[in-house]
Amino acid sequence: MNLTLAEVAHIAGLARLALTEEEISLYREQLSAILQYAQLLQELDTEGIPPTALVSPTHCIMRPDEPQPSMSRDDLLSNAPATANGLFQVPLILDQR
Amino acid sequence: MPLHDLTLEQAHALLQRGEISSVELTQALLDRIAVKDKEISAYLTVTAEGAIAAARQADARRVAGEETPLLGIPIAIKDIIHIRGVPTTCGSRILEGFVPAFSATVIHRLQAAGAVLLGKTNTDEFAMGSSTENSAYFTTRNPWSLERVPGGSSGGSAAAVSGRMAFAALGSDTGGSVRQPAAFCGAVGIKPTYGRVSRYGLVAFASSLDQIGPIARNVMDAAILLGVIAGHDPRDSTSSKAPVPDYQAGCWRPAGAGDGLNGLRVGTPAEYLVPGMQPRVTAAVREAIATLEKLGAEIIEISLPHTKYALPAYYLIAPAEASANLARYDGMRYGLRVLGQDVGNTYEQTRAQGFGAEVTRRIMLGTFALRAGYYDAYYLKAQKARTLIRQDFDAAFERVDVIATPTTPTTAFRVGEKMDNPLEMYLADVFTLSMNLAGICGLSLPCGFDDQSLPIGLQLMGPALGEVVVLQAAHAYEQATGWHKERPAL
Repeated sequence: MNLTLAEVAHIAGLARLALTEEEISLYREQLSAILQYAQLLQELDTEGIPPTALVSPTHCIMRPDEPQPSMSRDDLLSNAPATANGLFQVPLILDQR
Repeated sequence: MPLHDLTLEQAHALLQRGEISSVELTQALLDRIAVKDKEISAYLTVTAEGAIAAARQADARRVAGEETPLLGIPIAIKDIIHIRGVPTTCGSRILEGFVPAFSATVIHRLQAAGAVLLGKTNTDEFAMGSSTENSAYFTTRNPWSLERVPGGSSGGSAAAVSGRMAFAALGSDTGGSVRQPAAFCGAVGIKPTYGRVSRYGLVAFASSLDQIGPIARNVMDAAILLGVIAGHDPRDSTSSKAPVPDYQAGCWRPAGAGDGLNGLRVGTPAEYLVPGMQPRVTAAVREAIATLEKLGAEIIEISLPHTKYALPAYYLIAPAEASANLARYDGMRYGLRVLGQDVGNTYEQTRAQGFGAEVTRRIMLGTFALRAGYYDAYYLKAQKARTLIRQDFDAAFERVDVIATPTTPTTAFRVGEKMDNPLEMYLADVFTLSMNLAGICGLSLPCGFDDQSLPIGLQLMGPALGEVVVLQAAHAYEQATGWHKERPAL
C-alpha cells in the first residue's frame, strides 16, 4: 500500500492535525511501510469468521436509571483553557451574521 | 539491609510487627528517589508531602488495630491513571498542567487499603511506545544499564520498582506495556484478564485492549497488589463480576496438588521463536521450560497458528480505537489550546502542537483504517484476525493450563536505537500483543541475564480469569531459581 501525499494530507484533515509539508512527506513514507506490513492480513481466509470488537463476555450492561451525584461545576471547569460566567468559553463556531 | 531493598512482603512484616513506621519507610524511599532518580528519571511527579501525610495516616490506622497487606506501603503510579489533585500528563504536552478532579477506581482501592502513593511515573505519550522515548518530557533509563531504555510504555513504573524507588507500581498494558518493561528491568509484571481491573480513571488509549496491571520485584508482591485492585466496578461496564480469588494464597499450590508443579500442563508454542531473536533469550527461555519440567510440569508442544497476524491486526485495531479516543483532545474543555483563525484551525493547531510524532502517526493510521472505502479491508479484516487469534488460545487452553514463551525477542535496547524506524520499535511487542487481542491474562518474570548482564523475561499466559494458575507456576519457578533476587548495581 503506497499512500500519496494527497491521501496523507486528506487523512490529516480528517484527524484535525495541521501538518507541515515535511511531516506529510515523512508520514507518507512511514505509514506506507506500516500498511505494507499490514498487507499480511490479506492472505488470511476470513470467510465466515465473525469480527471481534470486544473480548469481555458481558455486553449492554443495564442499570436502574436513578440520579447520582455528579462532579461539581467548579471541578468540571477547573481544567478549562478559558471560562466565562461559569461556562466553557470556546472560539466562535457560527458566523455572527 | 537498607529499607529500600526490602520486598513489599518483608516491609509489610516489619510494619506489622511495629519495627518500623510507614513514615520512616516512606521517607527512606523519598530520600532514595531524591538521589537515584537524577540518573534514572522514572518519576514525572513526586508527591512527597502527600506521601508523608498518607504514611502518617497509615501508621495511625495500624495503631487503631487495622491491618491490610498494603497498609503503609509506598507505591508508584503510572502517569496515565488519575489521582485527584495530582497532575496527569500521560507523557504528553497536550495535558501539561492538567489536574484531574477525580481519582481512578484503582486509586480509591489502594487508598482504602492504606497504600502510600509516592508519585507519577514516566510513560510513552498516551502509553504508545516501547521505551519511554515517546514521552514529551524525558526518557527514563534502565537501572541495569543507563544507556539502555527501561522498555515501555510503563517504563517509569518498571524502573522505579527495579531501581528500588518504590516497592511496587501500577502500569497499564494495551499491547505489552506492563510485561515488556518488567522484562527489560528484571521485574514481575502482570497483565490481568480484560475486565479483571476497572479502567475507570485510566486515560483511554485502546479501550478494548487496555488493562491496568501491577509491577513488583517478585511474584508474591505483584499478586498482593493485584488482589487489591481487582474486582467489579459499576463505573466500568466491561469490568467482570467474577469473584476475586485470594491471589496471595493462590501463589502456593493447593494442598493435595502434589509436589512442585506435578500435574501442571505447560504449552510451548513453536510460533514464539522468530528470526532475529537474541540467542541468549532463546536459551534462557528453554532453560526456564526445562526447570518447569524438573518441577514436575508436563511440557506439551502446541501451535498458535495465527500468531504472525497479531502484530498487523494490533497495529490496525489499537490505532483505530486510539484515533477515536484521542478525538477528545480538541482544546475546548481541558488541556492545551492553540488559538487559530477559526475553530477548525484551533483544533488542528492544538492537536498538531500538543501531540508528539508517535501519537500523531497512530492517529493517522487509525483514521486511515476506519476510513470509508478502507474499513472492510483493514479494520474489519483485523477484527476477524482477532477472532482467529482468540480461537487459537481457546483451543490451546483445552490442552494446557499455561503457555510459556519469551516476553520479548531481545533484552533492553539502547536509547535512540529504534527511534527512526517505527516498525522495528513495534516488533519489541511481538510476543505480548496476542494476549491483549485475546483478552487473556499472563505475566512476565525474570528468567536469567544476557552476556551484558541485562535481564531476560519469561512470559506465562493463562486463560481468561486464570490468574491463579499463572501465579502458581510463576511462584514455583521463582522459588526454584531465585533470579528475582538479583538487583542492579545502582
